[in-house]
Amino acid sequence: MKLENQWPKYYKKNVVTHYCPGCGHGIVHRIIAEVLEELDVGKRALLVCPAGCAVLAYHYLDIDVIESAHGRGTAIATGVSRANPDLFVISYQGDGDLSAIGTAETIHSANRGENITVIFINNAVYGMTGGQMAPTTLLDQGTTTSPLGRNAALDGYPLHITDVVAAFPGVAYAERVTVATPGGIKKTKKAITNAFQTQIEGLGYSIVEVLSPCPTNWKMTPLQACRWVVEEMSKEYKPGLLTDKREEKRKLKA
Amino acid sequence: MSKKDKVFTVKIRRDYCKGCGLCIEFCKQDVLQASANMNSMGYHYAEPAQPESCIGCMICTMVCPDLAVEVYSE
Repeated sequence: MKLENQWPKYYKKNVVTHYCPGCGHGIVHRIIAEVLEELDVGKRALLVCPAGCAVLAYHYLDIDVIESAHGRGTAIATGVSRANPDLFVISYQGDGDLSAIGTAETIHSANRGENITVIFINNAVYGMTGGQMAPTTLLDQGTTTSPLGRNAALDGYPLHITDVVAAFPGVAYAERVTVATPGGIKKTKKAITNAFQTQIEGLGYSIVEVLSPCPTNWKMTPLQACRWVVEEMSKEYKPGLLTDKREEKRKLKA
Repeated sequence: MSKKDKVFTVKIRRDYCKGCGLCIEFCKQDVLQASANMNSMGYHYAEPAQPESCIGCMICTMVCPDLAVEVYSE
């Protein structure tokens, strides 16, 4: 009897995550641990944790971690990566963190083209604090602070922050993926591998936006939440490659 | 030995499972089902209903957010 799916090396053993049943964070944590192992960078990896549900990611990933203030993940990652260029720096952030309170840090770290990787978990609500409306909330989506649905006249439109930073010349790689289907999970792993390789080669900023189900705050079952990601959320935030400037950056470097 | 000649066995780490049901839904072979019993966290964990139908596609291990599924081959 051979175990086909070995426990990832950089995922702590004997832990059960605090995430709700069907949450996408667990899948993304596992993918990060697997890719760190495959690319053999786990020993020098440093994860910057956000404020949000993933605040306790250091309980699950067996790598070095710094806890950041709300939204300041990429600012801390910048400091770490500039002070110690040998480290492999990942900033793990949610949509309330990266696209609301941390917009300034996100925009400017991307514009400077820092050599860091950002994993952006987009679930269209503030998850940890109880499902309030986030900048990424879809139009007409009900949340605890928009019970009648998001109204464009009152609250504006969903913010496509990854599309914004993808336009910057400093951003070498940006992709949007989902973890709501097995095919999407495969693509997520591919995208995270590409993003990590971008940083290993020193080509600049890489960002992967992951559309992730949040069954508890969407008041759905895990399965309905996955369907909602595919049917509703993917229409507003279209998965796919947003920018790939790795080839020209390689030429510039050579 | 090719994948076709292997025999696959699915096991669930019972106390890791939160009963989200994604593995049950995404399994094309209907190998898994929700148990009538509960685990230590009070969730109806997944359990193999037809273990002999498993073809080793590993989709259950991929969609599980909690690393609760183990697939063995022999």
